[in-house]
Amino acid sequence: MNDVTTGEPLIVLDAVNKWFGPLHVLDDVSLSVGRGEVVVVIGPSGSGKSTLCRAINRLEPINSGTITFDGQPLPAEGKPLAKLRSEVGMVFQSFNLFAHKTILENVTLGPVKVRKEKPAAARERGLALLDRVGIANQADKFPAQLSGGQQQRAAIARALAMQPKAMLFDEPTSALDPEMVGEVLDVMTALARDGMTMVVVTHEMGFARHAANRVIFMADGKLVEDASPAEFFENPRSDRAKDFLSKILTH
Amino acid sequence: MGEFFRVLTDNGQLFVDGFTNTVKLFLIAAVGSLVLGTLLGAMRVSPVPALRSFGATYVNLVRNTPLTLVFAFLVFAVPKLDVNIDYFASAAIALTVYTSAFVCEVIRSGVNTVAAGQAEAARALGMTFGQVLTLIVLPQALRAMVPPMMSVFIAMLKNTTIAAGFSVLEAGAIPAYMAERGEPQFAVLLWITIGFLILILPLVALQRFLERKWRVAR
Repeated sequence: MNDVTTGEPLIVLDAVNKWFGPLHVLDDVSLSVGRGEVVVVIGPSGSGKSTLCRAINRLEPINSGTITFDGQPLPAEGKPLAKLRSEVGMVFQSFNLFAHKTILENVTLGPVKVRKEKPAAARERGLALLDRVGIANQADKFPAQLSGGQQQRAAIARALAMQPKAMLFDEPTSALDPEMVGEVLDVMTALARDGMTMVVVTHEMGFARHAANRVIFMADGKLVEDASPAEFFENPRSDRAKDFLSKILTH
Repeated sequence: MGEFFRVLTDNGQLFVDGFTNTVKLFLIAAVGSLVLGTLLGAMRVSPVPALRSFGATYVNLVRNTPLTLVFAFLVFAVPKLDVNIDYFASAAIALTVYTSAFVCEVIRSGVNTVAAGQAEAARALGMTFGQVLTLIVLPQALRAMVPPMMSVFIAMLKNTTIAAGFSVLEAGAIPAYMAERGEPQFAVLLWITIGFLILILPLVALQRFLERKWRVAR
């Protein structure tokens, strides 16, 4: 896997702070993600890693600091914000496929309504994407008729249909039955290999080890470690990370 | 029994005129309040604080004002502003203004039944607020809105009778005319009740139809 990225970074967070009431969920977080880089964010629950992921497309507004995407600061609202979001794919823990639309409609809705693509072209690419994630035969079903793993793969296809510059994954396998985790991770691994810029919040240490360029460890809203997977798993520097790893790796 | 039917046949034109105006008032106010109420509902769930508070203020103000007062404002107060509208138009506007507040709340409660993740996923794709609402949220909210919406419209249909107090000849005005003609009031009231039942039956059928139609759409 390529661990050297070129050019200016795609996503840059600089001194980002966010509070939920008295709770400091993002505490002076600075981070940059290069083009083609796969960054896995791990940490105990409540550490702010999901908030970090959601802040990148402004599903969570921040209180201070700056976030730039592709050289531009994140727009605050309106059309410019919508345009930015159309360039950043997002995959949610609970899939969030549109329940009243078929799988194919889920995948073509964004390109047709947001990107104003021709329905025929969007349909063709949508079917190709569904084929790529292995569920082309489910195209005309409704989300509720699919298994969790199939739904999440459809959600990845939906995000990819927008031809995004980066993909955000907010615990994409946490709501899945164990036997379905692998099929989703396989799709994500293939995507990483194809050079997609990815920020992945996950508890899947195997994925972090073999697919990530970098591992970010967060605790109490702070970015505690930023290291290569090998370095992080073999030789964590902070006590928080050592403690966290000892808890999850002994089982 | 013959007497009961005679009340209707002798005064057929009055019943026809009255109920025709009732239906007209109902249809105008139904369309008007559906449009205005949906706009208000959109305001109440919008990301713009000023619109949200406008929607909330409208609902709290109008919903808590007795309908008779809303009528009185339009019929007596508005002409003082040198605006000339006739009683029927005033009644239609009063009903629309009042019912919109209830429609707004039905829309809002329907929107609240749709999981927040649906709107979030739509926003993450780059949809505007209008697209999120019309393409994703409202279509899924419709199903939950049908029963309370029909209750609002049935209530509104009966609320049209308040217009009788403001010189509009509709079904609610029939008893007064009939009293002048010396007809037995009990028979008159029964016929009006039957008239409203007949008007409400299609609404009930429509509700059943829509509930069934939108049940399979997922």
